[in-house]
Amino acid sequence: MKNLSNIQIETIDLNVTYHNNHVLKNVNIKIPSKQLTAIIGPSGCGKTTLLKSFNRLLEIRDDVSISGKIIVDNENILDHKAGDVPDIRKKMGLLSQKPSPLPMSIYDNVAYGQRIHNKKSKEDLDKIVEDCLKEAGLWQEVKDRLHDPASRLSAGQQQRLCLARAIAVNPEVLLCDEPTSALDPISAQQIEKLLLKLKKDYTVVLVTHTLRQAKRVADYLIFLYFGEVVEEGTSDEFFNNPKDPKTKAYLEGEIS
Amino acid sequence: MNRRFLEEKIFKILMIFSIFIVVGSLILIFSVIVFNGASSISLDMLTQTSSPRFYLGKGGGGMLNAIVGSLLLALPATAMAFLIGICIALFLQRDFIHPTISNFIRLCLDILWGVPSIIYGIFCMTIMIAFGMSTSLLFGIIALTLLEIPIITRSIDESIKMVPLGLKESAYSLGSTKFETAIKVVRRQALPGIVAGILLGLGRGIGDAASILLTVGDSNFIPDSLYDSTAALPTMILNLLSMPDPNVQSKAYVVAFVLLIIVLAISIISRSLSKKSTKYVIK
Amino acid sequence: MENRKLRDLIGTKLMLVITIFIAFLFFLILFTLLTGSLYIIQDQSITELLFSSTWKPRSGEFGLLGVIIGTIIVTSIAMIIAVPISLLTAVYIVEYAPKKVRQIIRPFIDVLAGVPSVVYGLCAFIVFVPLVRDVIAPFFGELNSSGFSIFTASLILSIMVFPIIISLCVESFNAIPIELKEASLSVGATKWETVKKVIFRASGPGVISAILLGFGRAFGETIAVSMVIGNQEKIPSSLFSQGQTLASIIAQNYIDVMSLPRLESALIFVGLILFIVVLIFNILGFLVLKRARSRWN
Repeated sequence: MKNLSNIQIETIDLNVTYHNNHVLKNVNIKIPSKQLTAIIGPSGCGKTTLLKSFNRLLEIRDDVSISGKIIVDNENILDHKAGDVPDIRKKMGLLSQKPSPLPMSIYDNVAYGQRIHNKKSKEDLDKIVEDCLKEAGLWQEVKDRLHDPASRLSAGQQQRLCLARAIAVNPEVLLCDEPTSALDPISAQQIEKLLLKLKKDYTVVLVTHTLRQAKRVADYLIFLYFGEVVEEGTSDEFFNNPKDPKTKAYLEGEIS
Repeated sequence: MNRRFLEEKIFKILMIFSIFIVVGSLILIFSVIVFNGASSISLDMLTQTSSPRFYLGKGGGGMLNAIVGSLLLALPATAMAFLIGICIALFLQRDFIHPTISNFIRLCLDILWGVPSIIYGIFCMTIMIAFGMSTSLLFGIIALTLLEIPIITRSIDESIKMVPLGLKESAYSLGSTKFETAIKVVRRQALPGIVAGILLGLGRGIGDAASILLTVGDSNFIPDSLYDSTAALPTMILNLLSMPDPNVQSKAYVVAFVLLIIVLAISIISRSLSKKSTKYVIK
Repeated sequence: MENRKLRDLIGTKLMLVITIFIAFLFFLILFTLLTGSLYIIQDQSITELLFSSTWKPRSGEFGLLGVIIGTIIVTSIAMIIAVPISLLTAVYIVEYAPKKVRQIIRPFIDVLAGVPSVVYGLCAFIVFVPLVRDVIAPFFGELNSSGFSIFTASLILSIMVFPIIISLCVESFNAIPIELKEASLSVGATKWETVKKVIFRASGPGVISAILLGFGRAFGETIAVSMVIGNQEKIPSSLFSQGQTLASIIAQNYIDVMSLPRLESALIFVGLILFIVVLIFNILGFLVLKRARSRWN
């Protein structure tokens, strides 16, 4: 079982209730490290909820209750008190569906995380910003206007900026919530290529509602249907040999 | 790392402190007025009009003339402000006119809302003097109407704006004219907001002193005609307080208590009414 | 069919007329104030009115300098007190308060906004006047304060201004998309750091307009101030001495309008100044707010 040799995130009996809706029911999954895991399923089935529970971002909303365990690096992150949460979050970068540059310059966006956590000199920060923008494939396009407001970038560029910003704090995991659904096809393709490159160094968890995208980039898949895990497996197993009838139905487009 | 959390802790404490000041202020105001006012209240004070002795020493009647005066000022003013307000608000709907004009009008209304009420008082007083007339119910009503128009219009406008476009479109497609749609469909949906707006205006009309100070004068009697001067609750408080005798001053607390109760009651009724009238509202 | 169309037409035209009238109401008010002030402006020059500090209507002197200074001081101190408290309260309501607490505080603030100014004034009369006279002023070395002072007026004014600043700030903070907050939190920022670096920046215009509109409100408040400020039109010597503001001087002097010549015109002139200043603040405030609101949508 080579795909389970290194597990980055594991959930045990995870249940999430949101506004009195039981959104996630007894979710038990294992996310392999340094691979791209795609969480797929019809809209509204809890995929984003699952993703946002990994970095405890769910808690900022009202009426959320979470039970169960989420194990990262041998610790149950749900156990920690509120004061430790920012450090837990630092380990996981987030890429949202809607490109969300912070209301500041391009440079400041990327440097944001580092400035909060460390006292780095200007030269160090410059280098970090450059490296991250290069890794996100944005450096060439913005190197001459680093201090322009980030809002002036196109949607695709903004999304790559958000990626650079997330990478800048050296996370172990990248949580991506349908990162290409708001982008034009060319930008979407760029992001997909980036994710493929990044999965060598980071554990990527991708929520997507297009099967084709999952097929293109995922190593491991988790199929979530109305809050329950129906099936999980490697890309190969999943697409060529699905076990559950619901999975088969979904793959054939009968349920969406 | 510790410095960041320390900073957050400090500001959290400051925040709690601020909340206590804000909430505490309200509690302070209520308790002061209730404590000082409720103790001296008597049935006499509510059911009798004031006599000249009212301002000179103990006893001397009550505040009935002020209560009735305030109602006679605020109710007609609110009614007129509502009629005018609903015309303006309906007019402002996108269907009728160009957005730049409607935005300009909304800006005008916002500005009128921000005008200090004493200005409305001066405005009416100037007109009053120009026509050679004296302080009366009439000018008080005019001043309050002007004061309430922006408040009520804005509320109605906001409520109607929130009506989903789909509803209006459905009504059009059924063949009603613009005017009819505006009245029938929109009215039901926006009703809670409209009611709340009217009551907001009414509360303001009963409680505001500056606009009527210059225009209604004072009287120990319940006004018979529009041209009579009249007492009103806010002005009575001011007059009582300006007297040197502490026995007289303490009557001001009682009047303030009554005023506060009335305004609070209007606020509570407004809330519960808007909950009730959401029967027809589609969310 | 004809009837309905006719009614429609009349209805529309009527609405148009009324709306135009209301839209130009403030021009009407401005015009009235201008013409009413003409008399006193011609009688005494504007410089004399604005820069003399002798206000003795009976002798025909209408110097407003002390009043103008008093107004500026009262309003500024009230804002200095109110703005930080209101901002912190707004941040707490939006970012830190549990849902139940939020549901209780909002009605509190609405009720605070609806309390009549004469009630505020009375409360200040009962509580703040003795407080300033016996505790606060002596604390700062002033033993002779009567309690009716500029500072007392600022205190009650700051409370009156809380609701408007708080509710506008809460509206601005709530309008910030949650993705922005999530973006900041997910790099490991604390809630407070998110507030400092993202929320305040993103809602800048909203906060500015809240302050501008609050300032306008404070500047124009008449009744509560007149009840506790002591009504002295000289230039105030200290925070705890008696003073006067532009709004409250009208309330204090209108009684003599029929008996003293030129007083009516002088008070209308004061009203004119008040109107213009508040107008400027409100126009700025609302324009900034409109720009902010259209950005959110």
